[in-house]
Amino acid sequence: MASLQSQDVVARSATTTATPSVRQTPEVAKLIDESKCIGCKACQVACMTWNDLRDEVGTNVGVYDNPTDLTPTSWTVMKFFEVEPTQGSLEWLIRKDGCMHCEDPGCLKACPSPGAIVKYSNGIVDFVSENCIGCGYCVKGCPFDVPRISQKDNKAYKCTLCSDRVAVGLEPACVKTCPTGAISFGTKAEMVSYGEKRAGELRERGFQKAGLYNPQGVGGTHVMYVMKHADRPELEDLPADPRIDPMVAVWKGLAKPLAVAGMIGAVVAGFFHYMKVGPIEEKAGEKEDA
Amino acid sequence: MAERMLRRYEDRDRMNHWFIALMFVLAGLSGLAFFHPSMYFFSNLFGGGSWARILHPFLGVLMALSFLGLFLRLWKENRITAADREWKAHMGDMLRGEKAKLPPVGKYNYGQKVVFWLMAVSLLVLLATGLLFWRPYFAPSVPIPVARAAVLLHAISAVVLILATIVHVYAAIWVKGTVRAMTRGTVSESWARLNHPLWHQDVTKGR
Repeated sequence: MASLQSQDVVARSATTTATPSVRQTPEVAKLIDESKCIGCKACQVACMTWNDLRDEVGTNVGVYDNPTDLTPTSWTVMKFFEVEPTQGSLEWLIRKDGCMHCEDPGCLKACPSPGAIVKYSNGIVDFVSENCIGCGYCVKGCPFDVPRISQKDNKAYKCTLCSDRVAVGLEPACVKTCPTGAISFGTKAEMVSYGEKRAGELRERGFQKAGLYNPQGVGGTHVMYVMKHADRPELEDLPADPRIDPMVAVWKGLAKPLAVAGMIGAVVAGFFHYMKVGPIEEKAGEKEDA
Repeated sequence: MAERMLRRYEDRDRMNHWFIALMFVLAGLSGLAFFHPSMYFFSNLFGGGSWARILHPFLGVLMALSFLGLFLRLWKENRITAADREWKAHMGDMLRGEKAKLPPVGKYNYGQKVVFWLMAVSLLVLLATGLLFWRPYFAPSVPIPVARAAVLLHAISAVVLILATIVHVYAAIWVKGTVRAMTRGTVSESWARLNHPLWHQDVTKGR
């Protein structure tokens, strides 16, 4: 994307000065209403079509999940969960997995390569593959286990929220194609209020714990879910309270300035120590008697 | 009359030392590039970010393996003994340059021994944790929470190693006549008498 001017970058990996952010765009969000999803995987097809990606044809492992997990070429995957939220009440939960586009992205925080991960003012977190060095730090930074590194080129890949489409006023490909209207796209504020409304309708219909998944531990996300069991997101393999892991936070937070100050400080201290105390050497006379 | 020289290191130990030093500089610069954006430009020395990422682990493994060679030769002489405690109490005098107040030491003083063990332990941690997120070889089979602990420990022990090396290099510059122990293998007798009197006694015994 280096040839496309991005003047709406609000955060850039491994960058300590301000990014070009003169252009401010409204924050966007994708809302996935799981109660409307029928698991048809049209979104998976739309994703691979728009992005021109073809994953390897896998094998049927006895469940609907195919492929079974996100890959470098499958940026969104339907995940199917047979669960018993209460004893004897079988439910089939379906979740469209993919990047959550965190407001506070752990991948971007962990990335050591300047400009390999950017966040636009509309909230989209994007991997700029030409700057990716293949270290895998984004995998450690992500609270949702989303980035996948290609064995072919050692670059990290994930959902772009169709940043190329959104930049020209289109909705993401998965949104456009969803036949039941389970995926909607709009400003973050609109999507939050629509999501809350849908959750309210579900609660009226007996799903007392229905709610919106927009986890505040990562500052909220630009991909949100309407869930029937929002109190237990772990039923469908999502963390209840995702946040950037404390070890990553220390590594990419406190440790950096502290270590740089320590290393430079040690050299400076040595210099002044030498200037003050002077070298340790034999007295002039001692050499003579040797 | 030329001053008599005492042999302090064999040639193989000196070559081993300088190989470690070279690997330390290369692994250190390539690693610092990933640690802080202000040092990312070091990656240019290696042909860019991807090349620095590819080379760094190999350089690190070479450093750790070559250190093992020196470790096996020197660890016995670096065991910390009761006598070191007294030297430790006089550390302030050492830093003030008041050598006369220090108890006599053997081949290594307490400070040198501490540097030796800090380097040994930090290199061991660097090696063990580095393997855990070495892409593309081992990283894919390591659980993410383990990898997170590994990257943090890797960074901490790298800083410990760098700080120990700063002390190590400074001490060599500060105490005149020391550097030639590694560049030539020998030290002057007056250097030995001043800085390591018990070692001096030891190697000149019976002469």
